Amino acid sequence: MLADAWIYLLAHPAQFSLALGVHVALSASALVLAALISIPAGIAVARRSRLALAVVNAANVARTLPSLAVLALVMPLLGTGFAPALFALTLIALPPIVTHTLAGMRSVDADAVDAAVGMGMTRAAVLWRIELPLALPVIFAGLRTAAVQVISGAVLAAFIGGGGLGDFITAGIAMMAIPQLLVGAIPVSLLALGTDVLFGALQRRITARGLRTA
Amino acid sequence: MITLEHLRKNFGASAQAAVDGLSLTINAGEICVLIGPSGCGKTTTMRMINRMIEPDAGRIVVGGRDVMQIDAVELRRSIGYVIQQVGLFPHMTIGENVATVPKLLGWDPPRTAGRVDELLALVGMEPGLYRDRFPRELSGGQKQRVGVARALAADPPVMLMDEPFGAIDPITRTRLQDEFLRILRELGKTIVFVTHDIDEAIRMGSRIAILRAGKVVQYDTPERILAHPADSFVEAFVGGDRSLKRLALLTAGPYIEHGAPTAGAPHLPSGMALRDVLSVMLAAGADEAGIVGTHGDVLGRVTLDAIRNAANMAKS
Repeated sequence: MLADAWIYLLAHPAQFSLALGVHVALSASALVLAALISIPAGIAVARRSRLALAVVNAANVARTLPSLAVLALVMPLLGTGFAPALFALTLIALPPIVTHTLAGMRSVDADAVDAAVGMGMTRAAVLWRIELPLALPVIFAGLRTAAVQVISGAVLAAFIGGGGLGDFITAGIAMMAIPQLLVGAIPVSLLALGTDVLFGALQRRITARGLRTA
Repeated sequence: MITLEHLRKNFGASAQAAVDGLSLTINAGEICVLIGPSGCGKTTTMRMINRMIEPDAGRIVVGGRDVMQIDAVELRRSIGYVIQQVGLFPHMTIGENVATVPKLLGWDPPRTAGRVDELLALVGMEPGLYRDRFPRELSGGQKQRVGVARALAADPPVMLMDEPFGAIDPITRTRLQDEFLRILRELGKTIVFVTHDIDEAIRMGSRIAILRAGKVVQYDTPERILAHPADSFVEAFVGGDRSLKRLALLTAGPYIEHGAPTAGAPHLPSGMALRDVLSVMLAAGADEAGIVGTHGDVLGRVTLDAIRNAANMAKS
């Protein structure tokens, strides 16, 4: 069966690399967009405890929505194609990043911040030199979770014409063509696993030496 | 010199002001201890000096400058700041922690590095051994040594210390108190020191301000507060053993009377605290003790009567 999948792949190289490219582009763009929104937003509300609580609650509700439902809800509003799929995947990536950013910022030792302010650091210096380096490992854990979710979620983009490796899977299921289905399913699984491993390694790298447990 | 004039601070809608018309003058080179029960406003008062808390009313003058007329960030860089939980930056090495304010002030790297090593040595932390370690590798006492070194880094004339030894075990605490007292006096710093521990206040303070409900109840030297508590609140606060506490502050020297001590009286050095002299006399069953100079020569004697008088009143 794997051999049949391999044969199918060799017969459709252009189609496969296009799907893989779209899948990666879709996932990466959604992750970057979500990070650009969530991290600053998380930092901005971290200090206001009531607003932060509201954001965490909203994010937790949003996280329970199935990815397919999000994509399906976007379609009547924005139609089909790459852009609506990107929009939906960005929405899927927001909650884990925003909750982790908040958790990271709130895990920063309040005494270290008090000492920093008391010694005459500006607000910006406290953020860049104290709070962010200390919160970064937790924020990065949010990116890791979001990245894996987005890669998995991007499979469903095929349903709203977003392209990607999901095309092979949906077509494979529709036609009961197992080799074609595997050409979508195996690479997407490897992509998700590889991303998780890569982000895990990066997370250890960006954790400041003083914070690493020996 | 630091002057606090009619300071007032009210948090939120609370009817009782945290600091209620407080005035205090702290002389240059002195250690002023703010002490009182929790909620008396001692920490709030201290934090208003470097504008970590902004007063609602009143004036604070540090070294001739009204702090409200100075940029808060610039002001804080000129005032050392030490807190109970130390607040070392866990992602920075000990050396980087100590270098914080010099870096903010834009010192060049060789000057900063030299200063870091000098300060680590000053607080008893071998620079070669500790400079590149991280805070999590240090004990509580070592962390506070680094905290004080960090506050001293840019040589600020004024230091604010909020219960710096509060989280440290009693044995280490006493050692750190003695060590830092010597260092801070040698450096001639003006210090505002917050504590709730009366023994620490007596040990560390040039003057003690006893606060209650946001006001100063009594502001005087430790000897005079122990000898003449202003009211029953201060009397209760300093404790029933205030006579002994006062004797612990006084040395035998000034109480020597002429004349040879009776036979069998203990012979003690003139630098010994009267409290210890009394203890030896009680143990020996003696009514007086011979006092000897540094070369063992008999200077005279101290009598029980003299100690009783010293305990009860003001020779000052």
